[in-house]
Amino acid sequence: MTTLTSDLDPGDFGEPRALTTRYSLTDRIFRGTSRSAGTFVLLVMVLVGGFLTAHAVRAISSVGVVKFVTTQEWSPETNHFGIAAVLTFTVLIAMVALTVAVPLSLGGALFITEIAPPRLKKIMTSVIDLMAAVPSVVYGLWGLSYLQNHVVGLSYWISTYFGWIPLFKVDGAEPGNPLPNTALYTSSTFIAGLIVGMMIIPIQTSMMVESFSRAPQGEREGAYALGATRWGVIRSVVLPFGKGGIIGGVMLGLGRALGETIAIYLIISPVFSVSFHVLQNGSNSVAAMIALRYGEANSFAMSALMAAGLALFLLTMAINFTASMIISRSRSGAESEV
Amino acid sequence: MSLPSETAIALPPAPPSSVAPRRSGWRPADTSPLAVLSAVRGSSVATELRAEEINAWFGDHKVLDRVSLTMPTGQVSALIGPSGCGKSTFLRILNRMHELVPAASMSGRVMLGDQDIYAADQRVTSARRRIGMVFQKPNPFPAMSIYENAISALDLTGVRADRVVKDFLVEDSLRKASLWEEVRHRLHQPAGGLSGGQQQRLCIARAMAISPDVLLMDEPCSALDPTSTRRVEDTIGELRGQVTIVIVTHNMQQAARVSDRCAFFLAAQGQPGVIVEQGPTDDMFGSPRDQRTRDYVEGRFG
Repeated sequence: MTTLTSDLDPGDFGEPRALTTRYSLTDRIFRGTSRSAGTFVLLVMVLVGGFLTAHAVRAISSVGVVKFVTTQEWSPETNHFGIAAVLTFTVLIAMVALTVAVPLSLGGALFITEIAPPRLKKIMTSVIDLMAAVPSVVYGLWGLSYLQNHVVGLSYWISTYFGWIPLFKVDGAEPGNPLPNTALYTSSTFIAGLIVGMMIIPIQTSMMVESFSRAPQGEREGAYALGATRWGVIRSVVLPFGKGGIIGGVMLGLGRALGETIAIYLIISPVFSVSFHVLQNGSNSVAAMIALRYGEANSFAMSALMAAGLALFLLTMAINFTASMIISRSRSGAESEV
Repeated sequence: MSLPSETAIALPPAPPSSVAPRRSGWRPADTSPLAVLSAVRGSSVATELRAEEINAWFGDHKVLDRVSLTMPTGQVSALIGPSGCGKSTFLRILNRMHELVPAASMSGRVMLGDQDIYAADQRVTSARRRIGMVFQKPNPFPAMSIYENAISALDLTGVRADRVVKDFLVEDSLRKASLWEEVRHRLHQPAGGLSGGQQQRLCIARAMAISPDVLLMDEPCSALDPTSTRRVEDTIGELRGQVTIVIVTHNMQQAARVSDRCAFFLAAQGQPGVIVEQGPTDDMFGSPRDQRTRDYVEGRFG
């Protein structure tokens, strides 16, 4: 029997070795390219934030942060302006949009992945993609000229029967009047939210479809083999697996709803006093206000608009960070280990 | 087999004329644990499964040609044969999993006792409840704990049960799958933390929790190491007599070890699969009548 000998000093085994890797030229080019692309994306983000902050400083410092956040009016000319009203309306519109869009996209996505026969599945997927490609100004025009006239009746009905809930109250409404003043119900937060909801349905749906269709076939079959109904499979396999996709889709939609400009701009009639009466005429949003005001703004008013933009930027960033944190904590994407 | 009376939750075939109780969320009037238990589990007894003249297609491609096979009560029947001969398709036809594949079709009858599970008045979900299945790749629900996995069938089929009943079912089914001793102290941990073999036995427990009449196994050990394979085979041995077992396997030794009867499937080039020979395992391995069977079981092809 031979003894194994080694020319390595036994002491060498105690220390971990320094591991060096040599990359080939193509590998290095690829690493360099992708690294610079990644850095560039981050840089753009930082530049936008920095630019907004730099220009907003002048306006914010002249009124102070507290007044900027709590003032409802917007008149930089008299040095009296703040985002309390516009930001509230922005969030309200986004909430209405989500209330409409989330159930519809969830149901639509489940129908596409779980129920629709293959042919219909293909058709619906391309229709959804097509919907996402429609420019928002088209949604705005459609909402203004068609949807609004048809939704006013619904607004009237809701405010008549649920007006006792503060959210659905409409000042000056006359429930008994056989010829109600429908102008009270136009250009409202509710209608703007509906349109924005229509716009975010496609994004949310395609994201949910994406995650539901990746639910592992093995788990689906396991559930079916236990005698599960289709709903049973959806509830115990598809939804838990697609949780990340649902949250991601909702957050993506929320981000878009908060930033939506032109469709809201077309529909609302701007007001600058906080009101939670979503059905009532008059609403606002940060993005729509910036689009409305920048044309007539002098350099100080421009700085004020930048400040409003910065507030929106921070809000959407906070939402996206929260979303990605929730997603990374949920299991989604992980398959059962073998 | 005898049918439970009005408390038949887990069991078909309610006579079409009678008003069947709603399944989902329905709860027996008598809520004592024992009553719920009997309702949940029905009056399961191992039952004979008989496939008659089964043909199967995927689109225009015919994969099985007039296959008939009787799988006797409480025995282990092994389906052997080379890859692509239609064994798995045949197995999936036995509990109506075949129809989940788009463009798949079949003809023939599958008789469970005296009931054709493909009859128009039969629910597909009740056929699958009575004929459980274990897959090639262990597929516990990773979002659920071991406990929840074991009784997931209750949840999936909309049966509510008391804590006492659930506890009993969990222990009982895990014992049947010879897994209880290994997991009894960590029932509420995620099922994903178990080893492959334990996961596969958890899948057996999950299927056994609703006391099926038949248990189908599609190459249950092909993703497992030899030790785990041994445990699963022991489990199959334990279950013999309690439930009719049909197992697809590529492993000749396994077929010889666990099965009472064997059926040898073969598909000639471009032809649909047929059963070449079937009979008691000892005869199939000891004195096969067909030359092709002899070649296959002796490892000369396939």
